[in-house]
Amino acid sequence: MTDMTAPASSRVLDVTSDRARARIRARYRKEARFRAYGLIAIGFAALFLVVLLTDILSKGIPAFFVTQATVPVTIEAADVDPNGNRKVSEIAKGDFAAALRKSLVAMFPYANDRASRRQLMGLFSSVAASELRDAVIADPNLIGKQVTLPLLLSDDADLFFKGGITEVQVQAAKGVATPSGTEGNVEIVSSGPDFAVELGDVKRQISAQLRSVRRDAEANNLLKARYQAQVQDLTAQLAQARAAGDKDAAPALEQALAKATSDLESVAANGTRLEERMLQLKTKASQPAAAEALDPTLPSLLVRINGGIVKATEVAGDRIKGTVIAPLSSAAPAAAGSWSTENILTPESSRRLGDREVVWLEDLAAKDMITNAFNWSFFTTGDSREPELAGVLGGIVGSALTLLVTLGICLPVGVAAAIYLEEFAPKNRFTELIEVNINNLAAVPSIVFGLLGLAIFLNFFGMPRSSALVGGLVLALLVLPTIIIAARAALKAVPPSIREAALGVGASHQQAVFHHVLPLAMPGIMTGTIIGMAHALGETAPLLLIGMVAFIVDIPHGIEDAATVLPVQIFLWSDLPEVAFRAKTSAAIIVLLLFLFVMNGAAIMLRKHFERRW
Amino acid sequence: MDSSAPRLGNAILTPPEPIILQQRPVKIQSRDVTVHYGAKQAIHDLDIDIPDRAVSAFIGPSGCGKSTFLRCINRMNDTIPIARVGGKIEIEGQDIYDKNLDVVQLRARVGMVFQKPNPFPKSIFENVAYGPRIHGLASSKNDLDEIVVTSLKRAGLFEEVKDRLAAPGTGLSGGQQQRLCIARAISVNPEIILMDEPCSALDPIATARIEELIDDLRQNFCIVIVTHSMQQAARVSQLTAFFHLGNLVEVGDTDAIFTNPQEKRTQDYITGRFG
Repeated sequence: MTDMTAPASSRVLDVTSDRARARIRARYRKEARFRAYGLIAIGFAALFLVVLLTDILSKGIPAFFVTQATVPVTIEAADVDPNGNRKVSEIAKGDFAAALRKSLVAMFPYANDRASRRQLMGLFSSVAASELRDAVIADPNLIGKQVTLPLLLSDDADLFFKGGITEVQVQAAKGVATPSGTEGNVEIVSSGPDFAVELGDVKRQISAQLRSVRRDAEANNLLKARYQAQVQDLTAQLAQARAAGDKDAAPALEQALAKATSDLESVAANGTRLEERMLQLKTKASQPAAAEALDPTLPSLLVRINGGIVKATEVAGDRIKGTVIAPLSSAAPAAAGSWSTENILTPESSRRLGDREVVWLEDLAAKDMITNAFNWSFFTTGDSREPELAGVLGGIVGSALTLLVTLGICLPVGVAAAIYLEEFAPKNRFTELIEVNINNLAAVPSIVFGLLGLAIFLNFFGMPRSSALVGGLVLALLVLPTIIIAARAALKAVPPSIREAALGVGASHQQAVFHHVLPLAMPGIMTGTIIGMAHALGETAPLLLIGMVAFIVDIPHGIEDAATVLPVQIFLWSDLPEVAFRAKTSAAIIVLLLFLFVMNGAAIMLRKHFERRW
Repeated sequence: MDSSAPRLGNAILTPPEPIILQQRPVKIQSRDVTVHYGAKQAIHDLDIDIPDRAVSAFIGPSGCGKSTFLRCINRMNDTIPIARVGGKIEIEGQDIYDKNLDVVQLRARVGMVFQKPNPFPKSIFENVAYGPRIHGLASSKNDLDEIVVTSLKRAGLFEEVKDRLAAPGTGLSGGQQQRLCIARAISVNPEIILMDEPCSALDPIATARIEELIDDLRQNFCIVIVTHSMQQAARVSQLTAFFHLGNLVEVGDTDAIFTNPQEKRTQDYITGRFG
């Protein structure tokens, strides 16, 4: 017994020693570390998801709303129903744009020249006139009366109210201002330093310009020095060549010298110009109180005084010179607080609405005519070149039709293939080859399927281009391997005891599969199918090749109509230059995600339904 | 354990029946049966006669081939691609490996109950009704109801489930599930019922009920049972076959095997010296 203790004690499970405790602590640490890794990974994923959703929602939600202006429009019979017989066919041809234009000019009487009228009308969407027309056709008694209808604004005007064009800062003035006139070029002198802030801004801008010009001048000087050296060098070489009587080298050197000299001249000229500009800017910067001219690359300064508006062209600390945008009612001095200055921060040259348009929109808002409404037409119209008119219905219907075609082909073919391969196919070289190919197909880039569709469905079978039919066929090819693999996995996962039970009670192999194995595998098959469908819903590349990328305004009515799908619509809009389409892009992404959620929700319901049947 | 288990069996089997196997007609006749799994031979030249309307028990250590032979009788081995069966198995003189024989019909005649209860994930009613339905045994809905009720009654399950025939079969207890599987097997009125260790996943009380049931069913069916429990073999069977390493070592009346085995290996096994 005693001689046993020594070797045996080292084998005894020790739970009290320091080493044992350290071992336990190390195990706990390891587990805690593993848990932390998991939490970090999930945290990362959640963070990215939140960032993505926040970004898309914040950008996309404004697109679900439109801005409308409820301008009172007098419908004159002369414009819309010149023959006075109130026939719908004639009213439909009426000039409702003229009615709107006249009403707008009535509101802004000073904007009565051609260019101004066009600008005024440009604030409204091209469908504003149609909205009026529809109202009048619905009720011809409106002719001769004033209608107040919310009319859709253009994308730029809409964007202005959503804050996407510029920021406007209004400041009540402190001094008493005296305008020199009511129209044309006027000078406004204030008794207080009401324009000092603007002047300061301009001066800062000038200092910035000065710095940049100085940098350019320095770079130019370096260049000049290099050309000078080159010219000297070439002159020396030429002299040497002439002295040595080298007839062959001289002409080439002469040519090079001539080029270098001309380069030097142009660089020097540029230097002189920069020096002059620098001097100019230096002078301006060194006189902080001197008046400065404003140009369209600087923020605009407007003065609202005596019921009119003056746009400043030159600003000093207490006075501005400017042109009248809206005529003043009088040239009388305006008391402090009765007039205001307005800064439109984005320079006029880099925004799509001019100062006058901004002023008109502000005036409409001041008259409480601007309303915000839910953008129903986003869900009821197809694509359009006008951002305010573009909708996703075309994409939604196109996606739905395409997915229907895909599902109609994929589900039966995929499940049949899976059942055959998993349950009935003899295990030989040939079926192995097929299996390997199916697995490889799942990894083929989707654009290849697009090319296949182009070559086979369009060129060989001559199916209609851009149609949901061809799109659905191509996507069916794309997701078929996914569905087959998922369905086979689901069939394989059914416990063999169920199969044996069925066979044991005298069911044939086929009966066992269709009565017992397949129903049990159905939830798994559904899941695989939905994953495949979601994949197909988001697929863009192959559809571009079969022409679904075309600009299609009409809502498709069948699988043979030209159609586009949601992801392609997103792709198209993301590419457009209009700023308003940026919001539309995000909004379409939101719709796509919702479409996906609805689809997945339906899938889960279906799966639950099948599961309840055990 | 030793004292209690036989008592359970005695309760079922009293009075002990005189064994008159020779007088019973032979139901299953096997001659020179060999089974290969790929290159491995699982059963060597097996000859056995299995009597009708009696319980025959196959005993033996794990891997001795008793389950394999059982699965030959309803050709369940066909589902294993690498299994090859040689020799001849006849049921009432008909070769079951005959090319012209329909294997599905064979399995309707030879029912099977598995080691683990495997009810379909459907209702209790559907579990039992499935067999009669696919074989067209019921001419009407009432007919089918009757078959289901009769089968459940014969399996001794009806009283427990009569109020919840629409409940899922998988929701029953293990013993009930196994009786449901027996009800399912007898619903198509087979001639033979094969049982592959039907009680190995059950507790002693559920086991006792199944054994009782097996003893009842013996009146109408030829029952072949594979078991690891020698007490069970002793309790329920009239004929016992001892398998070892793919060979049928000894076969005979259960009483004779357990009291007076002819082979040394049989004696060693039933006295617990190996296995």
